[in-house]
Amino acid sequence: MIDILIIGSGGAGLSSALEAKAQGANVLVIGKHYPTASQTSMAQGGINASLGNVTPDSVQAHIDDTIKSAHALCSVKMVKELCEDAPKSIKWLEKIGVPFDRTNEAKVAQRQLGGASSKRACYAQDYTGLKILHTLYDTCLKEGIEMVEEHFLLNLIVKDKVVMGATFLDIITGEVKEILAKNTIIATGGYCGIYKNYTTNAQGATGDGVASVLRAGGVVSDMEFIQFHPTALKSSAILISESARGEGGYLINSKEERFVDELLSRDVVARAITSQIDEGQEVFLDLRHLGEDRLLKLMPQEVRLCKLHENIDPAKELIPIKPVAHYSMGGIDVNEKLEVRGLKNCYAVGECSNAKVHGANRLGGNSLLEIVSLGRRAGKNAVGTISKHTYESNNNQRQKDQEYINSLLEEYPYQHNFYTIQDELGEKLYKHAGVVRDNSELNNLLNEIRVIKADIDNMGIGDKSRENNSNLVEFLEFQNMLEIAEVVLDSALVRDESRGAHYKSAFPNEDDKLYKAHSLFWVEDGILQNRLERVKS
Amino acid sequence: MTITVQKSNGRVTYSLPIEGVTLLKALYHIKKSEDNSLTFSSNCRSGVCGTCAVRVNGKEVLACSYTIQDGDLVEPLTYHEVERDLKVNKQKRRETLKSATAWLQAPQEATITPEIVTISEKQSDCILCNSCYSSCPVLEVNPNFIGPFALTRAYRYSSDPREGSVKTIIDNIQTNGIWDCTLCGNCTEVCPQGIDPKMDINMLRATSSQFGYSDPNFQTMDFGFGGF
Repeated sequence: MIDILIIGSGGAGLSSALEAKAQGANVLVIGKHYPTASQTSMAQGGINASLGNVTPDSVQAHIDDTIKSAHALCSVKMVKELCEDAPKSIKWLEKIGVPFDRTNEAKVAQRQLGGASSKRACYAQDYTGLKILHTLYDTCLKEGIEMVEEHFLLNLIVKDKVVMGATFLDIITGEVKEILAKNTIIATGGYCGIYKNYTTNAQGATGDGVASVLRAGGVVSDMEFIQFHPTALKSSAILISESARGEGGYLINSKEERFVDELLSRDVVARAITSQIDEGQEVFLDLRHLGEDRLLKLMPQEVRLCKLHENIDPAKELIPIKPVAHYSMGGIDVNEKLEVRGLKNCYAVGECSNAKVHGANRLGGNSLLEIVSLGRRAGKNAVGTISKHTYESNNNQRQKDQEYINSLLEEYPYQHNFYTIQDELGEKLYKHAGVVRDNSELNNLLNEIRVIKADIDNMGIGDKSRENNSNLVEFLEFQNMLEIAEVVLDSALVRDESRGAHYKSAFPNEDDKLYKAHSLFWVEDGILQNRLERVKS
Repeated sequence: MTITVQKSNGRVTYSLPIEGVTLLKALYHIKKSEDNSLTFSSNCRSGVCGTCAVRVNGKEVLACSYTIQDGDLVEPLTYHEVERDLKVNKQKRRETLKSATAWLQAPQEATITPEIVTISEKQSDCILCNSCYSSCPVLEVNPNFIGPFALTRAYRYSSDPREGSVKTIIDNIQTNGIWDCTLCGNCTEVCPQGIDPKMDINMLRATSSQFGYSDPNFQTMDFGFGGF
């Protein structure tokens, strides 16, 4: 039997695999896409560590900035450990060959990102995530780590709250497989994909792991905290990195007036932009004054994306932008060992998890740090507990899942086109559960989602092929998105205050007395339950 | 406007009410509204995940980074097993990374200046889309050829001063490797990241000669004199 099953092959999954393997465990990494196709490849700006290579910095300053941005919803202990480990994480990445940019003194180059009190983000042009991810992948090949692609997570296999592995749809053959493991690490990424067409995220960011934990009886938390990135291209929602502002880009409105300090944290900047748009202004990112040479050197990717998707040359023209969903702070609730609350022998790490390091608002550069630092920690911790467990298959979950897949292929009707409903849902979530929220709108949308969920049996799929059926995979993803969206809305309704990325115009202030608390959600006897849990100070 | 897609069961021409959009958008438009069975791969929409490479009018492109033109013919990558329609199996081709042992063999401490970073800056932009592999004519005659992306990656690590055993990489790219390349430059032409594998292969040849290797094809040539 496999020691450690790692679901998800992005930066968090591969980091945990390398650490678990280094500790002597037998590891399998499995994902719905090829390793290197993950969201991590899209992270551009950098990875935070208080190296002080460019401007003076300290671990304490990194901790202070992170806690400030978290608006009291973080664990001070977790933040402290993360920031302390950051320089070691960079050292480790350097050792495996990540090609960071350098200063003239041959030190790792660092740049300014929003909300940071120093130039703290180590970078490799605007391909930081891509280069980290591919170097992790190359190192996994070197270490002989088994990686399996095109396997879609269906369900965790659970008995008496003990996770024994998971079931997967083998996308190529259409067969449902059961994979048992002594410990399981979920590293499946975030859930901003629910904001379809209004997110910077890859199409695959559908919260599959988070939904699987909900179905297995585990706990998720702080799901209402969605970070909206201030600068996505207006028509395509493609991300323009925060480094564009860090390097001196301006935000201006139709009157060519600046209206906000561009380097404030993302939630503040996103709200300032939204309020301009609500007033009928168009909002632009202005990089013209940086000059073509500097733009091509510092952000070649941005320049290319502007030209392709908006037909704009950022050296000469203004870039039309809007804020869109970018990062999910909430997710699978984990303790300090990264064990999933409510389940045993199961860990979660990366964007799918809520390790209480980002709180109500993540700082740019802290997510790459999280996937590497906590990814390795998850791998190490999971190895530390493997010897105790062995399981025997009873095949129940596999059979159940295979029957459902068969029914979709053979029986279910195809009366409503789920793609249309998915697009509509994305737009509604953006409008009603976006940068600014309102209880009656949240309530209405929640009711709509419940109606859609009740109608799911009338949707089904048009493509009935068993092999390589992406229509089937997208329908399964859509069901995960519905489960997640319901919790996001419910969670947003519960929190009658404004904190970090969660903003309600009727409750514009933080209310520590009632809401300095994590919002917990779980399913019990088929019913979604919730409670608030005070943050220990 | 119309585009034609080479599906597994034959070519299908689709009419589109949209223009000036990326091929990926067009494919999704078809899948959502007209043909649920149309199968292709994609993820990030912004040219960095490497998932959506296909051929348009015979040339490799990323579907998310190519703007459709009326009459385009869209086909799957060549030299890849087609799983369905435009979706191909890339795993078998990724095995070449293992043959090339394209990773840091023996990490060592090293001073890295900004100038050194630029040596392999482009090479480490590779997104593993497999476009170069699909364009490579050597695969026609030698299916075991390590191929452009794996050799570029081998060069990336061999040129890194943190590499303590350049020779290991060089040793592992001699057979079915750098000398099999015809330097035709197709790979360079199609790379969406502007990487030049042909140049990297030339650089690897130069490094190989420093380690005592030479072009085996050269050794077997007789220059028309019937041998010596």
